[in-house]
Amino acid sequence: MIVRILGEGQLSVDDTARAGLNDLDAKLSDAIDRGDETEFRRALKALIAGVRAAGSPVPPDSLQPSELILPYEDADLAEVRKMMTDEGLIPG
Amino acid sequence: MSVMKRVTLIFRSKANKALDRMEDPRETLDYSYQRQLEMLQKVRRGVADVATSRKRVELQMNQIQQQSNKLEKQARDALGAGREDLAREALTRRSSAQSQLNDLQAQYASLQAEEEKLTVASQRLQSKVDAFRTRKETIKATYTAAEAQTRINEAFSGISEEMGDVGMAIQRAEDKTAQMQARAGAIDELLASGALEDVSGAPRDDIQAELDRMGAGNDVELELQKLRGEIGGGATPELEAGSPGGNNSQATAAPGQAARPAPSASGGAQPSATPAIPASDVGESAIPSADTPRAGDGT
Repeated sequence: MIVRILGEGQLSVDDTARAGLNDLDAKLSDAIDRGDETEFRRALKALIAGVRAAGSPVPPDSLQPSELILPYEDADLAEVRKMMTDEGLIPG
Repeated sequence: MSVMKRVTLIFRSKANKALDRMEDPRETLDYSYQRQLEMLQKVRRGVADVATSRKRVELQMNQIQQQSNKLEKQARDALGAGREDLAREALTRRSSAQSQLNDLQAQYASLQAEEEKLTVASQRLQSKVDAFRTRKETIKATYTAAEAQTRINEAFSGISEEMGDVGMAIQRAEDKTAQMQARAGAIDELLASGALEDVSGAPRDDIQAELDRMGAGNDVELELQKLRGEIGGGATPELEAGSPGGNNSQATAAPGQAARPAPSASGGAQPSATPAIPASDVGESAIPSADTPRAGDGT
């Protein structure tokens, strides 16, 4: 599957990594729900590191869409919350 | 729902809104391509803006570094002249300049990182726009309007995702540079007002003025010493310490080379008084001692 890390580009990630990434995603989601900034930061870093470790860069001239999109690594909690609702994203 | 999926869904729905505008899907291709070119320009402008901010910070860093160096030298000079109070003041200001400098260095690094990110983003978008153009021409040449739709959707989703990503990156960079510019503006104002430049500027003046005054005092003393040397061992005493009565008559003679005979007339008692004056307090003695010959000249 193809995963985009916002601000970094797309990575092609092996499907075997899916379960592990879902676990990390669940931790991130939990931290966001609880508003735990420290845990949020740790979980986001871990998720992005997981995607990087399992992925290889997609050629820049590829026009394939991503199956999953991840926030910026340095995004803060408020920013990610916005990205999960309609108000936060700028249309292309 | 998972974070990744929600972000993806929202992102995609926003990005795809532009899709449903045109009657003939093939027109959408040209319309989108125009927008892509605009976005490319926008991201390049973004890179240039960040670079400008970075250069401004660099300029300020240089300015403050100079102030800091100057203050360090002042502290050294002050200490050399035995003025620990002045040295302390200069070092205090230097440390505040130094902390400004650290702050600016952090800003500089952050802007540099932003600039690199945007540069890479612009290159990535350029590759995708090129790929899109090729795809667009193929689609227009090969497919009917009805057939084209699927192909167009494929080409679109990839490019619009990239556009959304780059658009957000530009927005983020703009926010960051706006913040930095506000701070840089504040530092410029400080420098201009003298308050911070007074890290080297206005307060610098009092340190520098004092040092200059001391320096001037020392120079006068040195000059005096030199003159004394020229005039010869015995001549000096008269000018400085001689009895008021005798002094006047001697001073009138002094401008010429007639000074030489004078020492013998005044005797050997004075020499001890002469060195005492310059050695004691530098700043104060400079003025009276400089005045003495002039007063003598007048009479």
